[in-house]
Amino acid sequence: MSVELSTTVNGAPRHEVVEPRLLLVHYLRETLGLTGTHVGCDTSQCGACTVILDGAAVKSCTVLAVQADGHEVTTVEGLAAGEALHPLQEAFSTAHGLQCGYCTPGFLMAAAALLAENPDPSEEEVHRGIEGNLCRCTGYLNIVKAVLAAAATMRHGTASGSDR
Amino acid sequence: MTSTSLDPTTARFGIGQPVRRVEDRRFVMGRGRYVDDISLRHEAFAAVVRASSANARLQRVEVSAARSAPGVLAVLTGDDVLADGLAGLTAAAMPEDLGAPPGHRTFRPILATGRVRFAGEGIAFVVAETAADAADAAELVEVDYEPLGHVTDPLSAATPGAPQVHEDCPNGNRAWVLAFGDAEATAAAFESAPHVVSLRLENTRLTANPIEPRAALGEFDPARGTFMLYSSTQNPHGVRQQVAGLLKIPETSLRVVGPDVGGGFGMKADSYPEDALVCWASRRVGRPVKWVATRSESLLSDTGGRDQVVDGELALDERGKILAIRAHALHAVGAYIAPAGLVPSIFSSRFLPGAYDISTMHVVTEGMFTNTSPIGPYRGAGRPEAAYVTERLLDEAAQALGLDAVEIRRRNLIRPEDLPYETPTHFSYDSGDFPRVLERCAAEADWEGFPRRRAESEARGLRRGRGVAYYIEQGGVFNDRMELRFDPGGTVTVVAGTFSHGQGHETTYAQLVSEWLGVPFEQIRFVQGDTDMVPFGRGTVAARSSMIGGSALRRAADAVIERARPMAAELLEAAVEDVEFADRQFRVVGTRQGLSMMEVARAFYFPMGITDSFGVGLEGSGTWSTTPPNFPNGCHICEVEVDVGTGDVAVVAYTVVDDVGIVINPLICEGQVHGGLAQGLGQALLEHAAYDRDSGQLSSGTLGDYGMPRSKLMPPLRSLFEEIPCTTNPLGVKGVGEGATIGAPPAVMNAVLDALRPLGVAHLDMPATPDRIWAALAAAATAGAAGVQA
Repeated sequence: MSVELSTTVNGAPRHEVVEPRLLLVHYLRETLGLTGTHVGCDTSQCGACTVILDGAAVKSCTVLAVQADGHEVTTVEGLAAGEALHPLQEAFSTAHGLQCGYCTPGFLMAAAALLAENPDPSEEEVHRGIEGNLCRCTGYLNIVKAVLAAAATMRHGTASGSDR
Repeated sequence: MTSTSLDPTTARFGIGQPVRRVEDRRFVMGRGRYVDDISLRHEAFAAVVRASSANARLQRVEVSAARSAPGVLAVLTGDDVLADGLAGLTAAAMPEDLGAPPGHRTFRPILATGRVRFAGEGIAFVVAETAADAADAAELVEVDYEPLGHVTDPLSAATPGAPQVHEDCPNGNRAWVLAFGDAEATAAAFESAPHVVSLRLENTRLTANPIEPRAALGEFDPARGTFMLYSSTQNPHGVRQQVAGLLKIPETSLRVVGPDVGGGFGMKADSYPEDALVCWASRRVGRPVKWVATRSESLLSDTGGRDQVVDGELALDERGKILAIRAHALHAVGAYIAPAGLVPSIFSSRFLPGAYDISTMHVVTEGMFTNTSPIGPYRGAGRPEAAYVTERLLDEAAQALGLDAVEIRRRNLIRPEDLPYETPTHFSYDSGDFPRVLERCAAEADWEGFPRRRAESEARGLRRGRGVAYYIEQGGVFNDRMELRFDPGGTVTVVAGTFSHGQGHETTYAQLVSEWLGVPFEQIRFVQGDTDMVPFGRGTVAARSSMIGGSALRRAADAVIERARPMAAELLEAAVEDVEFADRQFRVVGTRQGLSMMEVARAFYFPMGITDSFGVGLEGSGTWSTTPPNFPNGCHICEVEVDVGTGDVAVVAYTVVDDVGIVINPLICEGQVHGGLAQGLGQALLEHAAYDRDSGQLSSGTLGDYGMPRSKLMPPLRSLFEEIPCTTNPLGVKGVGEGATIGAPPAVMNAVLDALRPLGVAHLDMPATPDRIWAALAAAATAGAAGVQA
């Protein structure tokens, strides 16, 4: 059994026929080839698969693809403006907020949703905003630093450089 | 080679600069390429049927329903493994290979053959059109078990009459017995010592949990009769050797590629059955085969870490000087000895004296088979176990003697004037200043100002404690090889035998080459992890890459300079002996104008003429070995607040001073400290890979059950470096990857006990979870009340 699915992913309309049991994360990774969204667990604890669905951060392993029908999805691939990094991407690199890079897309998307809702979060609020995401490499401190730095940049409208 | 002579570009990217990582751009844009991101045409997907019994004979493995399920291409079992004559995974080194009494070698089949020894061991490999088809069909495999009784912890395994994991092991469940030191001298020291303290300590079983689960994608090429394997590994050449051995093919028939790898922490240092299974299955079904572990599978089947029970004792004189240390450890090995399974037992024994002046010691470590997934190296691999014993004992001794915890360490640390210092376990500490590091850490942490902060916490109804720990370890193992290859345009490629899986080698090595050879940072390319492109390597484990990889790279750079010098002389129209490579250019001695390495490199690719005499191409390789080793060391001081109403622990202040020798990139080095600390705090406060003793099942089988550190666990941290150059390698570097994982557990546990001792709690094992603390407080209160009544 298959169903039709219409979504907007990173601004582009998508129409596919999918199995009803297909998870959003597998739709993104396998049907659309957007492999920047990762899978790190099978119980919705790690947040590596976090994407933005109509403005809210969701764990795409806990959403059926068909639930995204008629909705807008933003993945890590949709964060940069072309080759110009988003302030969060820039800040994660500058603050060394990533090591192996596997959890990074999930953190970026969780942080992007947080900053959209709260452009000037306290350190405590950043901790709460990323509490659904696990990182095993960085010890989180630089991730928090990066989110705060990106928030400042975005508030002040500072243009972000795009290269190292 | 001082930084004053650097041009601005090199100065920005040279040694000691916090250079932003070149790896980051692809990762933050979602362009990393991990195994599961790679798709081969017509690939099939595999699922593993795993044992639900901890120790059993397999009476029946019924696969017919699975074979006829939709989309299924093959269901392979242990019988197929036997029929195809595949080999089993075995230890890379056993005690007898190191001159110790022999242990009991095991051979782990890639699918169980007639017998399972841990819940989670692979029984069948289901290959299907889609991952969902494979998972569905795997559920149709029926297995009948004849349970044999089980042991899931090292203490039970050592009990006389315990169920045996390997019936043919002549020594019960003992895989090996290792001993270091002098038993008689140690016994004599203990008999005459004025003070003896002792503790039984558990070093909790952990699991690495890199966020990328293990994954493998294999493809057999029938035209050439060769295999291609993409594996999420820390050591592609090691995987090639081990998988070639399992498949009984020459290494020339197997190409292994480690693409981007999402963390490893030692757990991905060796190959696993699935690496061989995807290759073998690909040959059988004629299609590429991909397997990606679910997190539950990772928790069941990845190698575990630590898992040790130790009886430790310290003998001291009246002033608190250590006279001798003694320990008897039972260290779990798991159901089979992992390829690097011996490593934790060795390091946990050899680092028992730590950075202290202890000449009399005796340690016995018994490696115990248990019905659990195998134990392997996990960040620190034995060093955390050693430091935990010694540092807990020192606090116990400080209590007994009424000494301050920093003071007792001050009285026992090896003095810098005594270096090089030979430990009774045959390490020769070459460099460092342990007292200076201790004093700096105590000053930075305001150790003396603690009473004021404690009073302030108590005013808020919280118990405050402080803890200190000193660690020392060996950074790196074995030798390795690095290569520099120039292109006709003058750009250069670093061909690394090491394997970065988060450590930022692409950046660090480019910093070195840029500083040494003057090739602009942006013109340096990096290749690793492909056995067809890298002649040989041993990957990255045990904090080895800056020291062994970096020093080998230095030698490769020297080889390039020597090879290029005659060409430079020819181009400069000078005699070779008059040409030097200084300030990153070739020049005639005494002149200022010269040729850059890139200019000379280009000449090596002229299609005729000068290359007739100098040969075509400019490249150089270098090797370096861990012998003599380097010894990173450092001091951890932390403060905790305990809410005695709930048992909650908050780490409220943390200071680390590390001597990792010369810091090449402070950003990356601090990142290693942060990440290591998170894992160390995790062990102290949260993590436990727990098996249920009655059923033999893994209780912590999901991330909901295994306590992973989240961001709120992290304290305000000051990470400082005391750069005392290592004397045994040309870079002066010491490993940085493991230290924080070693120092944190004892520092935190010492702090928690410091907070709770006034309430009568004398001992706690890790993890110091709220329920354990609450139970300990309740027990202490009961005991206290009983004491009052009596």
